[in-house]
Amino acid sequence: MYENPDGVMIGLEVHVQLNKLKTKVFCGCSTDYHNDPPNSHVCPVCLGLPGSLPVINKKAVEAAIKIGLALNCKVEEHTQFYRKNYYYPDLPKGFQITQYDFPISSGGYITIEGEDGEHRVGITRAHMEEDPGRLVHEGTIDRSKYTLIDYNRSGMALIEIVSDPDMRSPKEARRYLDKLRNIVEYLDIFDGDLEGALRVDANISIMGGQRAEIKNISSHKGAERALLFEIVRQKNVLRRGGVVVQETRHFDEAREITISMRSKEEAHDYRYFPEPDLVPLKISGWAPAIKATLPELPDSRRMRFVEQYGITDDHAKALTSELKVAIFYEDVAKKVDPKLAAVWVCDVLKGELNYRDLTVDSFKKEHMQKIIELLAGKRITEDSAVDIIRTILDKGGSPDQIVKEKGLLKVEGDIVATAAEEAIKENPQAVADFMAGKEKALNSLVGAVMKKTKGRADARTAREMLLEKLSRVSQ
Amino acid sequence: MATINELRESIHADSSEEIVAEYLERIEKSKLNAFITVSKESAILQAQKIDSQDHEGPLAGIPVAIKDNISTKGIQTTCASKILTGYIPPYDAHVIEKLKAAGAIIIGKTNMDEFAMGSSTETSFYGPTLNPWDTDRVPGGSSGGSAAAVAGGETPLSLGSDTGGSVRCPASFCGVVGLKPTYGAISRYGLISYANSLEQIGPFGSCVRDVATIFDVIAGHDPRDSTSVNREVDYSSALKNDVKGMKIGIPQEYFGEGTDKDVDRSVRDAINTLEGLGATTVDVEMPNTKYALSAYYVIAMSEASSNLARFDGMRYGLRVEDSDWHTTFSQVRAAGFGDEVKRRILLGTYALSAGYHDKYYLKALKIRTLIKQDFERAFANVDVLIAPTMPYPAFKIGEKIDDPISLFLSDVDTVPINLAGVPSISVPCGFSNGLPIGMQVIGKHFDEAAILRTAFAFEENTDFHTKQPEGY
Amino acid sequence: MIAKKDLEHIGWLARIDLSEEDKEKYTPKLNSVLDYFSELDKADTEGVEPTYHVMPMSNVFRDDIPTGSLSQEEALSNAPKNQDGFIKAPRMM
Ligand SMILES: [Mg+2]
Ligand SMILES: [Zn+2]
Repeated sequence: MYENPDGVMIGLEVHVQLNKLKTKVFCGCSTDYHNDPPNSHVCPVCLGLPGSLPVINKKAVEAAIKIGLALNCKVEEHTQFYRKNYYYPDLPKGFQITQYDFPISSGGYITIEGEDGEHRVGITRAHMEEDPGRLVHEGTIDRSKYTLIDYNRSGMALIEIVSDPDMRSPKEARRYLDKLRNIVEYLDIFDGDLEGALRVDANISIMGGQRAEIKNISSHKGAERALLFEIVRQKNVLRRGGVVVQETRHFDEAREITISMRSKEEAHDYRYFPEPDLVPLKISGWAPAIKATLPELPDSRRMRFVEQYGITDDHAKALTSELKVAIFYEDVAKKVDPKLAAVWVCDVLKGELNYRDLTVDSFKKEHMQKIIELLAGKRITEDSAVDIIRTILDKGGSPDQIVKEKGLLKVEGDIVATAAEEAIKENPQAVADFMAGKEKALNSLVGAVMKKTKGRADARTAREMLLEKLSRVSQ
Repeated sequence: MATINELRESIHADSSEEIVAEYLERIEKSKLNAFITVSKESAILQAQKIDSQDHEGPLAGIPVAIKDNISTKGIQTTCASKILTGYIPPYDAHVIEKLKAAGAIIIGKTNMDEFAMGSSTETSFYGPTLNPWDTDRVPGGSSGGSAAAVAGGETPLSLGSDTGGSVRCPASFCGVVGLKPTYGAISRYGLISYANSLEQIGPFGSCVRDVATIFDVIAGHDPRDSTSVNREVDYSSALKNDVKGMKIGIPQEYFGEGTDKDVDRSVRDAINTLEGLGATTVDVEMPNTKYALSAYYVIAMSEASSNLARFDGMRYGLRVEDSDWHTTFSQVRAAGFGDEVKRRILLGTYALSAGYHDKYYLKALKIRTLIKQDFERAFANVDVLIAPTMPYPAFKIGEKIDDPISLFLSDVDTVPINLAGVPSISVPCGFSNGLPIGMQVIGKHFDEAAILRTAFAFEENTDFHTKQPEGY
Repeated sequence: MIAKKDLEHIGWLARIDLSEEDKEKYTPKLNSVLDYFSELDKADTEGVEPTYHVMPMSNVFRDDIPTGSLSQEEALSNAPKNQDGFIKAPRMM
């Protein structure tokens, strides 16, 4: 049992952008704006021009149902959009079209690796809404002299996933975020690599006190940092005899601190009411059909990997924690020894990719297959395999080409044998020392073999070969 | 007041350009203040284009004036508000696209109550529009400019919008024909929302046939408006001078104590006329009518408080000197909206706010259900309902502006129709001291055919619609 | 009944800056309207469902097909202040 000494309760609101849809949620603007200038993917609807009207993107509703099902939620038969009325410069209509009563799905859960083993985090609801625009500040939000607005993001389809306050540490929060991202990536509705794809608001309280809501968290690491800062801050308030007040705080990523955004409007009154410009949805009957097409999710893929490929649970977990890696692995494992593939993808390739801040897209499956084939056939050494992977990532090329250029093919047995014989013949002093009991003298003989084979010999094989030949000499 | 058919002949004989130029000249000379923006150059250009291509459209070369809350690409659209002064939409409303495709000439943008909030066109930032029958009086509202422009011969056709009577009221006060279609019959795409769940764009003309003609052009499904209904339309063919066997319901509640004697008599005379033509009549009860005004205003203001939240001076409209954004937004809105608009936003905000939502907003929507049921019950037995459009003829400018309740009360006979979403047409049916009186013919959902036919038969057998204000 | 303090709160929610004069002027008018709205209390709506949409429609969708956007120039054409393609808003704090 995890003690949770500070009585930490964390709930997260995660906004997942359905950026794999072709268009925004209520208008026909393209979602492909990430490399384009500001305010170039906007229309009367997402710019909130007077007289414009929203129309629901059917694919967005289907994606929302997918997410609900993947999070073990109940998908409602009747759902509806509401207006949430509030003012903010990024909100072009002065209200956000979102859901309130009758959200599309609610009452689910996901399982994470918690402080004390498997830990279930409740999903309060996962509802649809529209993304506001993007604000750019000169310097920081509290010091910038003005605010710049880009509405390209405005109207992107979002799914807001609200968790129960079930996380007991910043680490659990981060695990939850990793798992959630992992799940939505599997659904093929979301590309987590795009800017702003997944954004987090965190609610945190300690010792049963009031909660602070932290906004503007844009990474999982950021969430962990913000929450760690917030626990320290709240503990300090309590230690000084103060009371933690309920408020909204802004995470300053650069300074890794949270700043109070409190002002006189803190008493929120969103005046929700049903969006008159959109009619209700009756989607009974959709969920079963969508469920039937739901892809395999991370947990079940993990279990299948263990069973089907005989790999360890740790490897399976690491391989399935990112959809692209799981697909990569499985394609490789189909053609070569799956256990060897697991070791090399998990323990080597992922590390090399992380080190270079690259994704698995930067490495060809065929190349991995070739490398593992060479390893399995004992044609290259493990060191050479690592060398090939690094060379491909840094300079490009193919395994065959690199093996040829660098002469990495493992040297055949008789060549090693010849080299060993020559080494013995050419180094009588070392042989004599070895015979006299100086075991270290063997190393210089191994070195000589390696030199003669230009490093292609396996050091262990060379050593064994030398010992065998020396034993014959001594007889 | 020329009809479409007469204009078609003139265009054929002369040209659209000449016709348009004549109307432009009349607008220029007018003292009615019916227009906020006159699109002189583009109207002439459009007319020349129509003349050059032998356009076959049903409105080819015919001028249409547009209420200034309907988005027109490249033509200033202000909602008669300071906050939108200078706003030039980059897109056309659905109805404008339809009109252009039918060959119509957009001649200008008409005056209205600011954001359509009013029944007199007195709350316009651009000053009141005058009633051509008596320039000391209001033209009604909120589409007062569109009605006065037709009555004053400044355009043969115009569009207004009707949230709680805003087409029918000025039609009645100005002695022209005005139609409020079934909710969903005309796309609202491009209509700047006041109260979205209640309002429809509606046409004005000098006779029922003209209104049916333009209605045919602008009605129909639009995928950009989720509340637009997919139906085939051909209303002109419904125009038959025949009401034999038609059953007319007379809702007693619409002839209440506030109704002017002349209005009461004229509407009852009109009903008698229709009886004489073979229709039968029956009294119907609509017991929830007494709650309609309160329910209507609560809903309209609640929706408005949200609809008008977008006017913050960032993407368009008035901007004041910047301070922090909270303050700037509040000052933009304080400087840009007129008093009536502010009051309605404040009341709507209140009616939706925590603790009051159920008492006002939700309660009003429940009453809306009761009113809808009143209509369903009535229409189980009758084809159309006939009632006064307004309880009295046009009132004096300034007479009611300082007393919101008395202004609200003038909408007593029009707002239930919007709550129920049914269609209604106002046609001239008499005079009181030289001021026109209108009656409304109300129909079932999407039964515009029945009300157009009834109104047409009445018109064919009377001459009220041919009367024109002196000097126009 | 709305008191001056309530009006200040509503003005804040609606982001309409109200001068002292406005508050004096509006309070009685708003109250007379609210007084009129108390009419609603008299209606018996026990068991009556609210009508949010007058037409019983549902499931109106569009397909996920791009239909084009405004040009940046058009998008910014009505903005009172802009800079480098962005719309320029006041400072946040
Ligand atoms: Mg939200
Ligand atoms: Zn758009």
